[in-house]
Amino acid sequence: MELSDKHQEYWRKNLVVTAILMAIWFIATFVEAWFARDLNSINFLGFPLGFYMSAQGSLVIYVVIIGFYAWYMNKLDNEYGVQEEDEK
Amino acid sequence: MSQAAFSQKGFNQQLKKYYALYTGGFLAFIILLAIAEQMGLPRKYIGYTFLIATIGLYAMIGVMSRTVEVAEYYVAGRRVPAFFNGMATGADWMSAASFIGMAGTLYLAGFDGLAFVMGWTGGYVLVALFLAPYLRKFGQFTIPDFLGARYGGNIARSIGVFAAILCSFVYVVAQIYGVGLITSRFTGLEFGVGVFVGLGGILVCSFLGGMRAVTWTQVAQYIILIIAYLTPVIWLGVKHTGIPVPQVAYGPVLAKVGELEKKLTADPKEQEVRKIFKDRADAANAALKDPAKAYADNKAKLEQNVNNLKAANAPADQVAAAEKALAGYAQDVDAAKAQWNKDKGGAARAAAPRPHAEPYAGKDEAARDSARLNFIGIVFCMMFGTAALPHILMRYYTTPSVREARRSVFWSLFFIFLLYFTAPCLAVLAKFEVYTNLVGSQFAALPAWAAAWQTVDATLLSITDVNKDGIVQLAEIVIGGDLIVLMTPEIAGLPYVVSGLVAAGGLAAALSTADGLLLTIANALSHDVYYKMIDPSATTSRRVTVSKILLLVVALIAAYVTSLKPGNILFLVGAAFSLAASAFFPALVLGVFWKRANKIGAITGMLAGLGVCFYYMSTTYPFLRDLFGITRPIAEYMWFGLNPISAGMFGLPIGMATIIVVSLLTPAPSKQVQDFVEHVRYPVLKGSTYSTQAT
Repeated sequence: MELSDKHQEYWRKNLVVTAILMAIWFIATFVEAWFARDLNSINFLGFPLGFYMSAQGSLVIYVVIIGFYAWYMNKLDNEYGVQEEDEK
Repeated sequence: MSQAAFSQKGFNQQLKKYYALYTGGFLAFIILLAIAEQMGLPRKYIGYTFLIATIGLYAMIGVMSRTVEVAEYYVAGRRVPAFFNGMATGADWMSAASFIGMAGTLYLAGFDGLAFVMGWTGGYVLVALFLAPYLRKFGQFTIPDFLGARYGGNIARSIGVFAAILCSFVYVVAQIYGVGLITSRFTGLEFGVGVFVGLGGILVCSFLGGMRAVTWTQVAQYIILIIAYLTPVIWLGVKHTGIPVPQVAYGPVLAKVGELEKKLTADPKEQEVRKIFKDRADAANAALKDPAKAYADNKAKLEQNVNNLKAANAPADQVAAAEKALAGYAQDVDAAKAQWNKDKGGAARAAAPRPHAEPYAGKDEAARDSARLNFIGIVFCMMFGTAALPHILMRYYTTPSVREARRSVFWSLFFIFLLYFTAPCLAVLAKFEVYTNLVGSQFAALPAWAAAWQTVDATLLSITDVNKDGIVQLAEIVIGGDLIVLMTPEIAGLPYVVSGLVAAGGLAAALSTADGLLLTIANALSHDVYYKMIDPSATTSRRVTVSKILLLVVALIAAYVTSLKPGNILFLVGAAFSLAASAFFPALVLGVFWKRANKIGAITGMLAGLGVCFYYMSTTYPFLRDLFGITRPIAEYMWFGLNPISAGMFGLPIGMATIIVVSLLTPAPSKQVQDFVEHVRYPVLKGSTYSTQAT
């Protein structure tokens, strides 16, 4: 079938949010790990920051990313009329 | 239960009520046992009670959830609410290695161990963004199903089946090993027997009810394992920080550990012990250059000594001591070599304690950079492996809708996060206890827990007075990583009931993961091979029966392989992740996000990914090198100095590039396939006649 413009736009928005969240994920993971030694000179809640990010901070960011994605996409489904029927 | 009368909301409410009651009941059970302990119930019976009660409970849920319906058996009827699917995924995901081994790895490796913590949580971001909602919309039974539908025909499906079985089997052996270990500790049974007793525990959960039974026992197992993990840490955290959330408050303890490390590095007694280890290692290295000569020399020296003493008419006790030394010396060259190799390994103990919070410690800049690259390699492979392991992806077929699948990934990571977020904190608290209570204590008066564990298993904890000063030095202690979690309750001075609880939690973690994996293998064989390729006209009851029989056969084979004790479980687990990442991730993700990806591209890409990954492992991992008779030095095969566990760092990009290049060189997929891709991209696509949902 031919997709309507609205459908195209839904998918584009999905790609945009996916890309933004992946960028945050990349920074919280690989950029953080690359500079962990430098980050360690910063004190955070009594922790060296590089250590705390790898041990706890990045994990919190991952949970928030997934929570945000679920909330945003479920909202987007409704806006673009591609949502599933309500639960019985 | 008829479909018409079924109400998702009512079902959800009911589940919440049942599991709340269950959690309350479990807490009451612990309190009753604690009271019984105070009244004098022997420790052995507390251990037995935990073992029998928890396995009995899983068996009960397993029997109650028995089923012969296909959709129930393969995907739990697709009505598992997000919250509960999250818990089940958590239990499915967290294996014995996470529960027992993780904190120990962090204790031993410090910062560098955090690669696993980051990798095993961050991978869920990829699951959420790239896979779970689309697989749920696709809505069939297995991961090879998706490959078969998207890339048409049985070749892509077969490669998927092969890769799914390869990585799940490698992984399940590690789980059954963990089950056997805990069962044999719990009950005093022999390891081999423990494996088969534990196997019984695994099978009662999955045999009768497939995914449905596994899901509901996994929820129950998650509740037990998380209570078991958090209780001792929170207790210890309150003791040291005064705050019941030690995960944010252990900073001061970490700082104190850092100060103690400096003190221990400079301590003269510690240096003395480290020097002894270094001298031994040096002597062993020298001897190993020409073992036969060194053996003869040493032996001659001892004989000479006896003769000299005798000739000089030395006192009888001196002669006797010299004769004893001669008699006690290695019987032949091989025995001497074994001892030298052991001494050589002791060189690690000659090193000063590494600062816990320091990333990528190394002797020079090149070593530090290499450590950093390997850290990133492990994070990369664990993340993409997480997003490609079939037993995890399969769980997102079980939710009622795409929307619930998205929420479900959130709950999955949340429940997994609770444990991983705590492990680094547990490692630091345990280290502080060891540095303050154990180091510096008298050998004559070791803390009770240290003495007790030392007698259980010398590989887990051994403390020897190397410099004979009667005081414990850090360098004199060897702690096995697996001990950290198990001994924490005792370090914290908690009643034995908590130790029993922790063991029950470890068992729950191992059982639940083993169940998920066995089911994945049996389903790949019964659904993808038997039903889709061999006999597409098989009746539904026949399909379920075949699946049950295969489950049993696979379980027995896995238990048999486990009882042979194949070494290096940790490497095998890591290999499973690298292989899964290389084989599945590119084909699955491009299958959804790039319409142009075609059959030939996917097939060559999956093979290239698997092939490169396997080639790198077999040329750089000692066990595989021996197997294939590769003799040229490892260094010649290493790329960028990456360890074999991170082979996926090459396999995945090459696999992805292959799919893209080959797809572009060959014709675009048919209109029907492109419709299929659109179909999985939208939760509901009005006007589309396409349907892939299987019931």
